[in-house]
Amino acid sequence: MSQALDEIKIGGLGASRKRVEDNRFIRGKGNYVDDIVLPGMLHMEILRSPLAHARIVSIDASKAWEIPGVHLVMTGEMMATRNLAWMPTLSYDTQAVLATDKVRFQGQEVACVIADDPYIAKDACEAIDVTYEALPVIVSPAQALAPGATVIRDDKENQNDNVIFHWEVGDAEGTSRAFAEADMVSRLQLHYPRSHPSPIECCGSIADFNRATEKLTVYMTTQAPHIIRAAVALVAELPEQMIRIISPDIGGGFGNKVPVYPGYVCSILASILLERPVKWIEDKTGNLISTGFARDVYLDGEMALRRDGKILAIRMHTDSDHGAFFSDAQPSKFKIGLMHSAFACYDIPYAHMISRGTYTNKAPGGVAYRCSFRVTEAMFFQERMVQAAAVDLGMDQAEFRRMNFVRDDDFPHRTPFGFLTDSGQYGACLDVGLKAVGYDNFLQQQEEARSRGRLLGIGISTMTEPLGAGNSREYDILGIKMFDSAEIRVHMTGKAMVRTGARGQGQGHETTWAQIVSHELGLPADDITVEEGDTDTAPFGMGTYASRSTPVAGAAIAMAARKIRAKARRLAAHLLEVSEEDVEWELGRFYVRSAPDRGVTIQECAMAAYSNMPDGMEPGLQNQSFYDPPNLTWPFACYIVTVEVDPETGVWDVTNMVAVDDCGVRINPMIVEGQIMGGLTEAYAMANMQFITFDAEGNCVGSNYMDYLLPTAWETPGFELHSEIMTECPHHPIGAKGIGECAAVGGPAAFVNAVMDAISYTGVRNVDMPMLPDRVWEAMKYRRDVSGAPPVLTDE
Amino acid sequence: MYPSRFRYEAPRSLDEAITLLREGGDDAKVLAGGQSLVPLMKLRFASPELIVDINNLPGLDYHREDPDGTLHVGALCRHVDLERSELLKSKQPTMAAAAPLIADPIVRNRGTLVGSLCHADPQGDWASVALALGGSIVAHGPGGRRTIKVADFVTGPFQNVLEPDEIAVEAIIPAARGARAGGYLKLERRVGDFATVGVAVAIETSGDTVTRAGIALTGVGGSTIGATAAAEALVGEPLTEQKIELAAQLAADVSRPRTDHRGSAEYKRHIVHTFVVRLLSRADGFAERAA
Repeated sequence: MSQALDEIKIGGLGASRKRVEDNRFIRGKGNYVDDIVLPGMLHMEILRSPLAHARIVSIDASKAWEIPGVHLVMTGEMMATRNLAWMPTLSYDTQAVLATDKVRFQGQEVACVIADDPYIAKDACEAIDVTYEALPVIVSPAQALAPGATVIRDDKENQNDNVIFHWEVGDAEGTSRAFAEADMVSRLQLHYPRSHPSPIECCGSIADFNRATEKLTVYMTTQAPHIIRAAVALVAELPEQMIRIISPDIGGGFGNKVPVYPGYVCSILASILLERPVKWIEDKTGNLISTGFARDVYLDGEMALRRDGKILAIRMHTDSDHGAFFSDAQPSKFKIGLMHSAFACYDIPYAHMISRGTYTNKAPGGVAYRCSFRVTEAMFFQERMVQAAAVDLGMDQAEFRRMNFVRDDDFPHRTPFGFLTDSGQYGACLDVGLKAVGYDNFLQQQEEARSRGRLLGIGISTMTEPLGAGNSREYDILGIKMFDSAEIRVHMTGKAMVRTGARGQGQGHETTWAQIVSHELGLPADDITVEEGDTDTAPFGMGTYASRSTPVAGAAIAMAARKIRAKARRLAAHLLEVSEEDVEWELGRFYVRSAPDRGVTIQECAMAAYSNMPDGMEPGLQNQSFYDPPNLTWPFACYIVTVEVDPETGVWDVTNMVAVDDCGVRINPMIVEGQIMGGLTEAYAMANMQFITFDAEGNCVGSNYMDYLLPTAWETPGFELHSEIMTECPHHPIGAKGIGECAAVGGPAAFVNAVMDAISYTGVRNVDMPMLPDRVWEAMKYRRDVSGAPPVLTDE
Repeated sequence: MYPSRFRYEAPRSLDEAITLLREGGDDAKVLAGGQSLVPLMKLRFASPELIVDINNLPGLDYHREDPDGTLHVGALCRHVDLERSELLKSKQPTMAAAAPLIADPIVRNRGTLVGSLCHADPQGDWASVALALGGSIVAHGPGGRRTIKVADFVTGPFQNVLEPDEIAVEAIIPAARGARAGGYLKLERRVGDFATVGVAVAIETSGDTVTRAGIALTGVGGSTIGATAAAEALVGEPLTEQKIELAAQLAADVSRPRTDHRGSAEYKRHIVHTFVVRLLSRADGFAERAA
């Protein structure tokens, strides 16, 4: 009698298998773009604008051309002759590749130099003489919208102001009615400060155009190689089969490596002109001041409430700062991304949102950073408003949430903004969190502590968020539908290879994709390799961001594996000499229903596919699947933080942090926990220390790691993770939901709510992030809200 | 990192180093730990034509105490050596408190105390500590050695009195004339950040009476600030609550902070006050956590 396989032992679903990619990463054997050296390769450096807004009077590059070792100096004027001075953005705007008329933010690309080595290229950049005529600088939506404000995008016809869009969603009339009938209205104004994904590896590319073969190969730091191939084909009008995008190992992305950047375009053009490989590696400052940032949204939020705590309606007005070009890298039809996923976990009859986007003299690209297109702002605004409303009502913040949650038996649930949530057990997750943190006990301690002058606080954040774009009906990038695909080859010895159109940047795809195949086919995960990132070999896919890989590419893998299992069943019937209907499947093995001892393993079926297939059957054992998800997946999270605030300094310490995540089936629980811990660390950073701001001249404060702070192990608090509650995703083949960004999305509000709770005796409604000690102190001392980005250097 | 082109020399003797510096003049820079110079070169804020790397100079990596209690710290003594020093833990409370708060562990492995004093960054922690303790710098030049009080050594932000052909070879902390007490508190947004505010306090007592006091402030002015009046207010009398409050007030008064992204001027002045009180009264556990 054969023993059924133990799925955990073979590394299937639920196995906390060690990450196979770490073997090479830990040994320093990863292969990143900057590790790649091609024969005859040249190096490119970019000259960036020191000013935030200025007319370019002249560019004199003659001294740069004279430096030995310089091969090419490119300027906007030269790009314009090839119709490449501007490029389209993913949000249907245009963005300057190299500036022609004006520079519109500090750090904007003005010229670039291609030379024998990067030192020479940098020297030559310094030798380029640019004369600027300074223009008035705009660094906030308020300035951008002020009457008579300088028009930043005077390059665009019919653009007479700095408004990018004015967009509405929801039921304005119903919402107004609900507000009129409300017992009470709770209002809160918030700012989610500008931050940056800040991957440790900055952006870069090596373009290699071969005149003999006419083939363009580009090694680049991209989370979405196929989208880049499509963009190059469409923009540069090169034939698609002659473009090969290779995304090798990536040192972190967090959304920063989705957009197309001028550096990529310049390196490609330079390689075509010089017919030599051209490498561009961005430095940290270049990355922080010019590439896809995140957030920078102001909210005016209102909640209509019944006295018993029932939320009747929500009104949100957002003003978002997109920088100089509207280049949000997001695939939805909604101008402000998925901001209107706010309040999806609460049962609210009416909601209405007005969103206004503005140009400013700041870097473009406002959507990235571990976030499905502004759900981070949405959930932060939601949970800050929920806490403020609980305070206004004089209700317990946990009970207020619970009474407004969507009930477990009310799925699928249509939100007032139009999303369809799929499943969840919200109350149960909250219970786990409250128990873990010792909620009732804490409230007692808090009161006792206050009587002794100590300030303890507790903050809760509960949310569900939409992860896994598409479906293809509602989501596309420049018309390309948001599906994904996978291809599986089972070799004759029963080993296998998986390829997808996703591109991991540290998520552990090489580990978890094998586990999905292992679950579906019963092959040990160690027998399966995973390959991604090369458009010549990987099947088409939309890339990895927005926690979409498991929901979409992961589903495609399961579906492709099921097609393979169906063929293996026919092979098994052939080998067992019974009809297909008489064959049963258990993990890794087909057997005869009436005689369970008679069976063949999946490996035996694989060998038969190459050596002993029945007459008329195509040889081989491989298949592919294109998966168009029916809906987004909706994980739920409950984060609870306790803090103690020093009344004298405003310094706050996290004394406890509990995270309850229900992300459906966990493929590799260890990797899921790593994702949650990473996200919570980033949430803590946002709440505590992290921001990019600009002075009145548009100088970026946060252009290096001394100013833009990443938390270290020293100050990051410990986290207690809980996985007791598991609600399978009803429409995903293996029941999984996205998880990559939940903690970074839901976490910040928990920290802020906790600090606000600790200083609630002051009556202060809000301190905007980052909650630096001086801001908390100011709120306590003057009993006033502290709003907006922290001040920058001022002369007294 | 793509700095401008520079010439690199790694002499094996002090005389050779001095000769090289004389050749290089104003365009030469001494490299010890490199934790300030190298980032400046990376950003091309500094583009020296000649780097004189003194790491091969023998016998400069010490820190030791004379029989009379005078402490000598050599130019190649790393922060990490001071952080782990039993000598500091037992004899130098202010230095022992500051050592683990210098930047982050990576910087501490390479950076040096003497280099930090020479760099004269108003946000440098050692400068306040050395000032509070009444320390000096020993400069070695073609004409021999001279000793310069830390109070006279720094002339402004990132400026000191060294001649182009002089090397700071040692820092000296004078011996205590009584029982030594004190500490260093630093408010920083994150490990490795520059101080939002740093306060160094060093007092010597005989019986109940304060015989000598030094208070110095980091990050709240154009250069390190010696709170002389605050310190003098403590001398000759026991440490009482009233005295502590007076010293804290005088220290806050002499601070010249600016509002920036680390905090408002008002807040920083308040923190100076708070930290002086905490250091002098050995306040509750929050003092440790705030730092």
